[in-house]
Amino acid sequence: MTQSAAAGQILVEDGPDIPEPAAVPSRRRRVGRVLQDVIGGVIVLWGAATLTFLAVHLMPGNPAVSYAGGVASHPSKSVLAAIIKEYGLDRPVIVQYLVYLSNLLHGNLGYSVSEQMPVSQVIALNVGPTAELTLGSLVLAWVLAVVWSLLTVRRGRIISSIGSGLEVLAASLPQYWLGIILLEVFAFHLGIFPATGGSGLQGLVLPCFTLAIPIAGFLGQVTREEFESALEQPYITSAKARGMSDWGVRLRHALRHAVLPGVTLSGWALGSLISGAVIVESLFSRNGLGNALLQGVTQQDMPLTIGVVLIVAVVYVVATILVDILYQVVDPRLRSAGQ
Amino acid sequence: MTGPMQHDQDLLTASGQPGKNLLTATDLRVCFGSGPLAREVVAGISFGVRPGECLAIVGQSGSGKSVTARTLIGLTGDGSQVSGRLEFDGHDLATLTERQWRSIRGARIGFILQDALVSLDAVRPVGREIAEPLRLHHYGRAADRRARVIELLRQVGVPEPEMRSRQLPGELSGGLRQRALIATAIALDPQLLIADEPTTALDVTIQAQILGLLEESKRRGRALIVISHDLAVVSRLADRVAVMRDGLIVEQGPTAELLGHPQHPYTQSLLDAIPSAHSRGTHLSDSSGKARAPAVLSARPGGLAAQAPLLVADGLVKRYKGPDGKVRTVVDKVSFELHRGETVGVVGESGSGKTTTGRIVLAVTSPDEGEVRLHGQPWTSLSEGQRRARRQHVGVVYQDPLSSFDPRWTVRRILSDALPAGYANASRAARIRELLHQVGLGDDTLDRRPLLLSGGQRQRVAIARALAPEPEIIVCDEPVSALDVSIQAQVLDLFADLQDELGLSYIFISHDLGVIHHMSDRVVVMTHGRIVEQGDAEAIFRHPAHPYTQRLLASLPQLSLQPELSGREPAYDRSA
Repeated sequence: MTQSAAAGQILVEDGPDIPEPAAVPSRRRRVGRVLQDVIGGVIVLWGAATLTFLAVHLMPGNPAVSYAGGVASHPSKSVLAAIIKEYGLDRPVIVQYLVYLSNLLHGNLGYSVSEQMPVSQVIALNVGPTAELTLGSLVLAWVLAVVWSLLTVRRGRIISSIGSGLEVLAASLPQYWLGIILLEVFAFHLGIFPATGGSGLQGLVLPCFTLAIPIAGFLGQVTREEFESALEQPYITSAKARGMSDWGVRLRHALRHAVLPGVTLSGWALGSLISGAVIVESLFSRNGLGNALLQGVTQQDMPLTIGVVLIVAVVYVVATILVDILYQVVDPRLRSAGQ
Repeated sequence: MTGPMQHDQDLLTASGQPGKNLLTATDLRVCFGSGPLAREVVAGISFGVRPGECLAIVGQSGSGKSVTARTLIGLTGDGSQVSGRLEFDGHDLATLTERQWRSIRGARIGFILQDALVSLDAVRPVGREIAEPLRLHHYGRAADRRARVIELLRQVGVPEPEMRSRQLPGELSGGLRQRALIATAIALDPQLLIADEPTTALDVTIQAQILGLLEESKRRGRALIVISHDLAVVSRLADRVAVMRDGLIVEQGPTAELLGHPQHPYTQSLLDAIPSAHSRGTHLSDSSGKARAPAVLSARPGGLAAQAPLLVADGLVKRYKGPDGKVRTVVDKVSFELHRGETVGVVGESGSGKTTTGRIVLAVTSPDEGEVRLHGQPWTSLSEGQRRARRQHVGVVYQDPLSSFDPRWTVRRILSDALPAGYANASRAARIRELLHQVGLGDDTLDRRPLLLSGGQRQRVAIARALAPEPEIIVCDEPVSALDVSIQAQVLDLFADLQDELGLSYIFISHDLGVIHHMSDRVVVMTHGRIVEQGDAEAIFRHPAHPYTQRLLASLPQLSLQPELSGREPAYDRSA
């Protein structure tokens, strides 16, 4: 006790270079940052809505026919008249645009001719299965990438080369082809998992792997690079010098640094998963937004297409904001930074 | 089955009889790689350290000293082969399993790396880092560990330990960070503490505090091994010194004896290379101690006051707005003069505003108040267009030349780019050669890229680049701080020779008092953006008037051995 007091006395003068704690402003900054993201997201959504509006009106042909489900559905005069009235198609373009925006704000996405129900209802029915599929795939991709990195990064030349080689291979696999191979092997040949539909977890396994493996390849590549450089850092040596094991430094120190770039990529990955869902849902005959979008496009069902595109835009925006928040959780420096 | 268990038990119980070596290395060899590519980094060294004793291993980068340190805790690295005998408290370390090693690391041998900014995990609060060895070695329960962390932070002199323990390393100042790192190493009060360059990159006053901490641990009977390139630092701490070169210990012995009567020429050259008071006006890098031409330094005919100053800084003020919205004055009413052929040393700790002052002189940062005049004419108050024609008069050399070079450019291109327009091809090539020779480099460096040059060579190229437009003034911002002492000596000699040859004036910015004293005619001492003292170098170093200067000089570790033994005068008046 006396010793530590003495040591304290020797060293008490440290000069004024100690930065003051900045807890309150940093929290305010964090909230401000999220607010910025939200405002940015609203602008992105408005842009997406505007672009889809322009797309419909710049397409050759009568917009009323597109809204009615395309030329193939041979809409009657009375149907067209009703549509013209509902969307205000006989009024100036700017008014049509405002009517369109106000419809969107009220959650009125129009009526899907091909599904014979309001678009919002189509989306409500399909959003669940797609969310299961994409979020499941994202989690699976992360698990695969992290476990693979932990096992193979800096484990001697041979294992590390196999590790990074398989990542490159996985990242370059086309999902369509991968899905067919998985179906062939695990559904038709081995019969472990159902080929189509299937309820619950069983039916989710093959579609999730189809989507997750290429994404895991990408995430694994960036994670590996960070992991390798993290393991070279002096703080790893410091931790080992405190008696920490190799697994200890990998899990407690290096991993957190290694996942940072991957977290940023997750927003992109989610977007890529949704576009991948179009392929996978049709391949495995699953319900979902991907299938709905495919149907909207092939049947020229314009309200359905617009609705799905806008929902995908919303998901993108929300994912970006979530990634930003997640990043601050994983990297505490961002919470306190400022200097 | 009981064998290894008992061994573990032995390892965990400390005996540590005084008078007997706690750690002994006999013919230690470390080799990296295998076959024809094998490189012996440590080539058979023997040393020992007793409880309550400090052994310093001194050498330049590449001498094998850091590898030696890491070998002592069994973390030599991938692809290394260690041979020879390492004995710690009666145990042969070579026979340890990885699990047994882990039970020793952190508990019985503590290890401190240099630069806590990268040696502490930047995304974990320092409290958790300090608790880590406690957790790994099963010290008490979570609450006990938390209490111990606070106690440790207090012990190493960190104010407000509860709050600090929750902060990230990046939120702490350099001194506090280094103390937190030391706290992680002494958490379990290990018998042996190994510190690899514990004070490099720290300001002198913080360095003094860290050395005080290590001294404290020595007083409590712990053995200490300090790895350093800085003889002055170790002379304060070490009881014995081992000088390493190319993987071998060329000389070892008690500190006073070794530094006072170095037997090996290499030790002698290391000592001679240290810039300080006694080395003023002499060459550092050759043992002859050859004097510079008497015309330089303050003994100029006619005196400095007779000439009009080349450059005048008049009441410079620079303010920055911080991220918290607070305005900080980084340069506050700074005034000084620079005469032809003179060196003005600007000394101060990090954050004192010396670099910003240098940038204002270079006219790359514009002052909020005051101005710099060159040749009696406006300089900083000009527009950039008016200034451009005269920019060639003021050159610059930075601490880290590598980051100021385009890594894909060859030395030839770097220098060619720096030459003023109007050179014909043939004369351009000749001028580039001349510049290279001026800085002591051969033609063989012409087509090499900066990455492939050594630190000293890079700094020579940076100097050649600064010389290319034939400047009258060169602003040198910590130009030797990243260099080993003997390379530093050569570069300082080069600066001195160029000044004699070309009549250059230097504004020499450094945190190193020895370097400043060695180089400067006049000295400007800065802290918190203000000049607290300026004047003749000799006068300021002998009789500092301002308390801050006095504190700075008192913190400076130096080779202050018994004067009759070392044959050197104590450099500074510590009684002041």
